Amino acid sequence: MAAAGAVLRQKLPGNMDICGRSGKGSPEFHVLAVDDSLVDRKVIEKLLRSLSCKVTVVESGSRALQFLGLEGEDSSVGFDALPVNLIMTDYSMPGMTGYELLKKIKGSSAFREIPVVIMSSERILARINRCLEEGAEEFLSKPVKLSDVERLTRYLLRGEADQVSEFRKRKLPKTCDFEFSFPSSPLSNDSDSSSSSRSSSPLPKRCKSV
Amino acid sequence: MSRFHGNTQPPAGSVLEQLLAKYVDYMDSLRRESFLDDQFTQLLKLQDENNPDFVGEVVSLFFQDSERLIGNMGTALGKKSVDYKQVDADVHQLKGSSSSIGAVRIKNVCVFFRNLCEAKNLEGCYRCLHEVTQECVVLKNKLNTLFMLQKQIVAAGGSIPVD
Repeated sequence: MAAAGAVLRQKLPGNMDICGRSGKGSPEFHVLAVDDSLVDRKVIEKLLRSLSCKVTVVESGSRALQFLGLEGEDSSVGFDALPVNLIMTDYSMPGMTGYELLKKIKGSSAFREIPVVIMSSERILARINRCLEEGAEEFLSKPVKLSDVERLTRYLLRGEADQVSEFRKRKLPKTCDFEFSFPSSPLSNDSDSSSSSRSSSPLPKRCKSV
Repeated sequence: MSRFHGNTQPPAGSVLEQLLAKYVDYMDSLRRESFLDDQFTQLLKLQDENNPDFVGEVVSLFFQDSERLIGNMGTALGKKSVDYKQVDADVHQLKGSSSSIGAVRIKNVCVFFRNLCEAKNLEGCYRCLHEVTQECVVLKNKLNTLFMLQKQIVAAGGSIPVD
């Protein structure tokens, strides 16, 4: 993850925000956010800006690809823009889903190193698994909170994106017999208040494993 | 946590103290009655001097969006051959955006509404459509009251309490 790894910090001074410049000319952290919901775009943009990240928000997967220069006629846009350090995309979008966008990004030699995070209001195991298998860094539950984004940018900025994220290490088994979604509670019984899927506790008993 | 979080203790009996107390009580009642949840507070916390109307803007977008979606649902349900998948897609959108601003009651109606779409229950869908429309009207009024109180607090020299 050369792009994310380029902004390495040994430790953050107490009053410096996650994406803040060190004052020594380090680049700003640039996030590309993709969501078809107007409300969600405004919220995610504000969340990221409050952490001093540069943000580009687009409404669809195809717009995201156009911005990156992977598709469309206006393919010069991506080259002039600040390099993207992280892509956060909604899963359920008309046209191209977040999963399909993820596949396209991971299938591109130019952009496959960019960490991609999927956001969804529905926590369906098969969906989460599918995204992780395709190379998503994380699967965040909506509504996304400041603490989720803070945690995310912190570990990516520290170059830990080179290591497989905790969640990906604990990939859920494919052998679950059925899908079910958790309306609100995280997978784990951790005291971790984050709502993202980053759990190490055993699966609920309902899910049979081979 | 102090009721006056973010404010230095105002003089007892002062207008500001009364406004703050009224605000906190009102906010508590909105939470108790599930009009709003913690997600709304999260948005308030994001509001700052650079973006003092952030929450108002998000809320405004929400109501614009919900009106559009509700209109679509009404049109779709009125067709001879109802496309329940389309209605469901619109309900899903509304569920998402209501959840993003912490509008719990609206979100809950949407959850129920989706089940009725799946069951292709036309009468049930119409009931939900009516209910979700009502909930939006009620929430809009509640938020107007809340925003009014916020303005009064700021005008009296205070700052909006966030937990």
